[in-house]
Amino acid sequence: MSSLSLPRRPSRQKLTIPRPLQGWLLPIALVLLWELVSRLGIVAPNLLPAPTTVLQTVVDLARSGALFRHVGITLYRVIVGFGIGTLVATVLGALTGYSRVAHAYLDPLLQALRNIPSIAWVPLFILWLGIYESSKISLIAVGVFFPVYLNLMSGVQGVDRKLVEVGQIYRLSQLQLVRRVFFPATLPAYLVGLRNGLGLGWMFVVAAELMGASQGLGYLLIDGQTTGRPAIIIASIVLFALLGKLTDSGLAVISKRLLYWQDSYGAG
Amino acid sequence: MLHIKNVHKQFDNGFLALEGINLSIRPGEIVSLVGTSGCGKSTLLRIVAGLDFPTLGEVSIDGEPITGPHPKVGLIFQEARLMPWLRVAENIQFGLSHLSRLDRQERTEAVLRKVHLSNFAEALPRQLSGGMAQRVAIARALVTQPDILLLDEPFSALDAFTRTQLQDHLLEIWEGDYPTLLLVTHDVEEALVLSDRIIVLRPHPGRIHRELRIDLPRPRRRSSLEFQRLKEQLIGELDLSPAVPDLVKLGGVGSGG
Repeated sequence: MSSLSLPRRPSRQKLTIPRPLQGWLLPIALVLLWELVSRLGIVAPNLLPAPTTVLQTVVDLARSGALFRHVGITLYRVIVGFGIGTLVATVLGALTGYSRVAHAYLDPLLQALRNIPSIAWVPLFILWLGIYESSKISLIAVGVFFPVYLNLMSGVQGVDRKLVEVGQIYRLSQLQLVRRVFFPATLPAYLVGLRNGLGLGWMFVVAAELMGASQGLGYLLIDGQTTGRPAIIIASIVLFALLGKLTDSGLAVISKRLLYWQDSYGAG
Repeated sequence: MLHIKNVHKQFDNGFLALEGINLSIRPGEIVSLVGTSGCGKSTLLRIVAGLDFPTLGEVSIDGEPITGPHPKVGLIFQEARLMPWLRVAENIQFGLSHLSRLDRQERTEAVLRKVHLSNFAEALPRQLSGGMAQRVAIARALVTQPDILLLDEPFSALDAFTRTQLQDHLLEIWEGDYPTLLLVTHDVEEALVLSDRIIVLRPHPGRIHRELRIDLPRPRRRSSLEFQRLKEQLIGELDLSPAVPDLVKLGGVGSGG
């Protein structure tokens, strides 16, 4: 009879592609196909420029220095918005998770606000804060706030009562209990919230920059549309993908370092 | 001296878990609370630990009433309850933050030797077996040098072999410092191997039904005739068939005192 095999049992590898490279295989194949389709004129090149054309556009933008200005301002907006959203979400999420009273007063309102599509705030923010940085950063902060808040709040509420009791037996003060039990126990959920929040931050920076900006990757998208240059649009999209992936990987690496103690399937 | 005076416990939903519990335990004595589920034995232990409070009555240690967890009382739970993010040595030091670094290290090394885990000081809880994790939990309780050690079904989640091993091991440790041990268990043999006295509780409401004094010398042989006789008697006292309690009472207790 054949034996049962566990999902992670190392199998005999006939085709040996190193694990980190496996994820690159499909994208590379698609890009090659795209180049081919474009070159052979199967799709009109003024609608779908070839990858090499897109690359050339990026290089040109970089040469003129415009690329770094656009990327820089977009990155600035995401980082500041992410920072503000995370800060407020951390304070409120910790509070409503830890204190039942705070939860009873605050959480219903925040849950109601969460159900408003965040883009709906745009006209109000523009009216209140003007069309410059503050309204854009506010929109990003609102987008980042909810996933961080929700993950942290439910993470704190989900802390194992049994571990809290151990803290009580050793007569830890409230502050010590938070620092030595609640904080480390909540960290996994909090980090998931941060990664979700960062993802939404990138989504909302596009929305904010589409609404009206004179700089930034979102502005490049609109610029490409109005001037009929699809290569610029695609270049911006690719840059968004790269930057989003890069910042997310940064957070993923930090998470893995901080959560070395976890006994989970994915950690193997 | 641990005094439990007229302790009643009624939960918010009206369930009367304990009624009129009176018990005094001498320093160095090993006492087991046994009983079927719902007899309130774990509730009583939680009250002594200061994690729960009696509706009526009082628990005191050397005349000092318990109002919360007491520094001289250690508690070992059914599960090891180690902090998964702390290494073994850090888990053991969890309750020692008031001491200097040097003291902490010395005590940790000593207690790790006691539970035979010196080589695992830097291990993470996920790398330990169930028995090893429970030994770390024992070490975490011992390292604060408690006068009274409370144990809530401490070995019930382990396999039979490891359980026997840890019971012997607990006695070994006890013979060093002679702390008072108050143990909740539903394992009849465990109670007989360890205890000077066995308190049998009965449910609805939880109350003390009988007290057995076990005068057998240690170490006790589970296979001895006397041990088997006591086991029969204790099982009889436990009233294991709640449907027909009177029949069991008639048939079971015969030989006892």
